[in-house]
Amino acid sequence: MIEFGLEKSLEGPRGRFRLEVEERVAPHESVAVFGPSGSGKTSILRMIAGLLRPDAGRIVVDGKIWFDSAAGIDLPARVRRAGMVFQDYALFPHMTVEGNLRYAAADRRELESIPRILEFTGLSGLAARMPSSLSGGQKQRVALARALVARPPLLLLDEPLSALDPELRSQLQRELSRIRSEFGVPMLLVSHDVSEVVRLCGRVVRLDEGKVIARGTPAAVFSQGRLSAKFRLHAEVLSLEPADALVRVSLLAGGDVVEVALLPEETEGLRPGDRVMVGTKAFQPSLWRMEG
Amino acid sequence: MNVEISPILLTVRVAGLSTLLLVVLGLPLSWWIARGRGRLRWVARLAVNLPLVMPPTVLGFAILAILSPGFASGRFLSDHLGLDILFTWKALVAGSVIGGLPYMCNPLLGGIESLSPSLREASAVLGKGRLETFLRVLVPALRPALVSGIVLAFAHACGEFGVVLMVGGKIPGETTTAALALYDAVETSDYPTGAAYAGILLGLSCLVLVPALRVGRSIAGGAR
Repeated sequence: MIEFGLEKSLEGPRGRFRLEVEERVAPHESVAVFGPSGSGKTSILRMIAGLLRPDAGRIVVDGKIWFDSAAGIDLPARVRRAGMVFQDYALFPHMTVEGNLRYAAADRRELESIPRILEFTGLSGLAARMPSSLSGGQKQRVALARALVARPPLLLLDEPLSALDPELRSQLQRELSRIRSEFGVPMLLVSHDVSEVVRLCGRVVRLDEGKVIARGTPAAVFSQGRLSAKFRLHAEVLSLEPADALVRVSLLAGGDVVEVALLPEETEGLRPGDRVMVGTKAFQPSLWRMEG
Repeated sequence: MNVEISPILLTVRVAGLSTLLLVVLGLPLSWWIARGRGRLRWVARLAVNLPLVMPPTVLGFAILAILSPGFASGRFLSDHLGLDILFTWKALVAGSVIGGLPYMCNPLLGGIESLSPSLREASAVLGKGRLETFLRVLVPALRPALVSGIVLAFAHACGEFGVVLMVGGKIPGETTTAALALYDAVETSDYPTGAAYAGILLGLSCLVLVPALRVGRSIAGGAR
């Protein structure tokens, strides 16, 4: 169980603001902190890991106090050993994949766990490779494996899937779920990507300028009671051509050109180049499964 | 042909020792300039790069003045620290270290400035202290920059002319390096000897370049 209440004055894109957040993460739980860039998300992870000192607050992990401003307790990052996975992976460039994992081991038991972790994360075949020769997805997995060597009481993930292409995303998403159930480590991840949060977390805390504005399941937080029965697409009008009693309108939507038929009165005032919103009912739509 | 061994040995000794001193001095100095605090860092960066734009004879003259017993600084060094090194091989080392500062520090500065801060943080989060992080993560991650610095500083020290002439005085058998011996040979129209010294200096430069290139390649590619 991780409990934290943090306060910190931070500099954001719109000036100074105060971060105030309180949260509990239960064992086996995966919680996302969601918000725009500069809303203080990464600072939360850094404060829990011991890389940034909160102005005030308390961090308790598995009953052990990591930080308590009132009691003057502030364990250094090297004592906390939180399983932090950095956005840029932070792999040591002069060590092999296995070397990176060995560096993380503090005792014999942790050293002996390395082959199993390499195998579990699908890295056994890459153990002798240098980080510079790995792909983005492989680097991500090495960073995760290295964090697991230290048997951390929690995993802190900074935008874990954002730098990866869609195919790798779903693969890593499956791996993260597998790791969570295998190692029983609670996860706290920060993200500004809705799909990342929906894929990886059971609960989300929405942050804006340091304040919690919503919390709950991803479905509840992202729809915020405005659950819609319509699809809305942004599009650009390419051309308008009269066709019998209707007008054929060509639209550019999401990289595709789509033709729709509208009544002449519905196209009044529309001109090529206009940006429009296309709405359609969500009742009984057709879905096609994509390959991969 | 009248090639002597002593200028070659002296060149290797001066270049080797000054490169070693430059590593010991350059690493903390570059670290401070790149990551430290205060305006003095800017002055230090300027001072480190001065030998690049100063004529070597001017730099040599400045060092000569500082070390000379005719000046207060030289008297202080001689009377209080027992450093009476002018016109000895030690003065050549001092000159090569000062002249070689930009060649060692600039690659290191580039390396340190491009090091991701998250490397240090990742090491801390994995349970390692500052010293262990510095020695096992930061310095090895700087290896390509360090190797560049070593190669450039060593090659520069091997070929140093103006500074060593000013502070060493070109005393035969004592402060005549291979580069000075080459100049002497050409001055007396002894071209075969000059060519031999030139070839030896070229060989020395290649000798340090080959392992340097190997280190660079192993870091870039690794075992595939």
